[in-house]
Amino acid sequence: MTTLPPPGTKKLGLVIDLDTCVGCHACAVACKQWNDVGAYGPLNDQDPYGAAPDGAWLNRVHSYDVGTPDGDSLTLHFPRSCLHCENAACVTVCPTGASYKRAEDGIVLVDPDTCIGCKLCAWACPYGAREIDPLDRTMKKCTLCVDRIHNPDLPEQDRQPACVQACPTRARHFGDLGDPDSPVSKLVAERGGRPLAPELGYAPTNRYLPPRKRRNRTGDTGAPARLDDHGFDPDRASPLLRWVDRLLSR
Amino acid sequence: MHPAFSVILFTTLSGAGYGLLFWLGLVLLSGGAGLPPRMQLAGLVAGAVLVIAGLLASVAHLGRPERAWRAFSQWRTSWLSREGVAAVFSLAVMAALGAALCTGAGGGTMRVLAILLCLSSLLTVYCTARIYSCLRPVPAWHNRWVLPGYLLLAVASGGVWLWGLLAFGASATLQGLFDLLLPWLVVAAVAVKFAYWRHIDTRAAGITPASLLGLAAGSRVSPFEAPHTEDNFLLKEMGFALARKHGRPLRRLAVLLMALVLPLLMAAQLLPPFRLPAAVMAVLAVMSGVLVERWLFFAQARHVVLGYYDAQPT
Repeated sequence: MTTLPPPGTKKLGLVIDLDTCVGCHACAVACKQWNDVGAYGPLNDQDPYGAAPDGAWLNRVHSYDVGTPDGDSLTLHFPRSCLHCENAACVTVCPTGASYKRAEDGIVLVDPDTCIGCKLCAWACPYGAREIDPLDRTMKKCTLCVDRIHNPDLPEQDRQPACVQACPTRARHFGDLGDPDSPVSKLVAERGGRPLAPELGYAPTNRYLPPRKRRNRTGDTGAPARLDDHGFDPDRASPLLRWVDRLLSR
Repeated sequence: MHPAFSVILFTTLSGAGYGLLFWLGLVLLSGGAGLPPRMQLAGLVAGAVLVIAGLLASVAHLGRPERAWRAFSQWRTSWLSREGVAAVFSLAVMAALGAALCTGAGGGTMRVLAILLCLSSLLTVYCTARIYSCLRPVPAWHNRWVLPGYLLLAVASGGVWLWGLLAFGASATLQGLFDLLLPWLVVAAVAVKFAYWRHIDTRAAGITPASLLGLAAGSRVSPFEAPHTEDNFLLKEMGFALARKHGRPLRRLAVLLMALVLPLLMAAQLLPPFRLPAAVMAVLAVMSGVLVERWLFFAQARHVVLGYYDAQPT
């Protein structure tokens, strides 16, 4: 059913820290690896070792030069994947009901057995979260590793999305954004986490933590703002040193 | 957006077919005066062939055409699904009308079927337009000029088709009526397209890269490193830039082709023996004009997601 469920209390999603992401693409690779063999796999590539490989990835990492209004200049690494929107137009435009949003946890999924590959959901997504599988010719998207997070066969600590587990800088956090007391909600409140392009009205669940203010100047790092002048001060030097200074200054 | 030929062909052919059926429905509603029964049937068959050819082209756009039947299920939310339902309903009306024409059904039945033909034709084109105009991430589609553009182009191109059919045999009154009506339809369609182009050229949706990245407003963003080495689905499907380069001459070509109907109309009235070749040329001109227009409708539409790649506002 492509009718959106009424907003639930549980909203599983990701919080991505743009301050600590180093753009290593480990999340994208881990995502591709897991989802190629997971319940919603395979995640195919066409001509993977040829001249022009083409394949579906559920997570893409962009890198930008950014100048902030505060005058900071920084390199920003930006992992882009499905935001599991509250108002997911990708679901409502689907003509077959293959796209759906789960009422119990808000995850947006595609049923690979009923998708007709009309691509309308990809057109309806402003965030580029959906890519067509070039071999299966159906739409693929982030499942929030639904086959991991609720999987009783996995040890407790592994029940989180592959991208979150793979991140070497802990820039990715998974949790319930519908619960104001969850660690991810607290992190969002503390760091001013933001939704992407909220003016489009999609009400994304995922949040991005903006980069912290840069510490550009020596004073910002806790070191003395200006190093002491270690030059010679004749007024404070001993008589012997004053005599040596006079001798050498001739 | 990538101008997929299957979708362009679909909207152009089925638009013209439904336009033709709409006018045929109106003629039948007035009792079919001036149009001999064999021409009524010919009009119905021509409209149905155009519509079915368009629908088949649209199925070719699907990754899994064998599952196309599933698209009728989500009419509660999806305009694509609604369009499928409306199209099937219109095909049923056409079949019923064909049977009624062959068996020479009574006036009451004919009138009901003619009304249903008019309504289902307009409804299907309306649904087609709504598929595009409901997509917020494509500002060139999500605006008030898309719906009148689709409806008027369908009614105008279908009108040219019917006018062409009338040349094969119809009363002078009916021909005269369409001689008078058609210029206004073509002018209205072209005027709406001008308004549409003016709108998309002057109004940006104002979605900035800073907003797409969740950064403070006013942040300056430029791409530093691409997320992938080859074009992916997003760039192939949304990142079409050729028509932005050749947009103006192509727009002029589309208008020129559609406007070609006007001198042909005049020639047909001044030189009655020229009516048939003029009709054929007018149909060819208007169809190629709408094809170019439809190609531009896709190729000149920028999707918001491109902002992630070129860091330009949409």
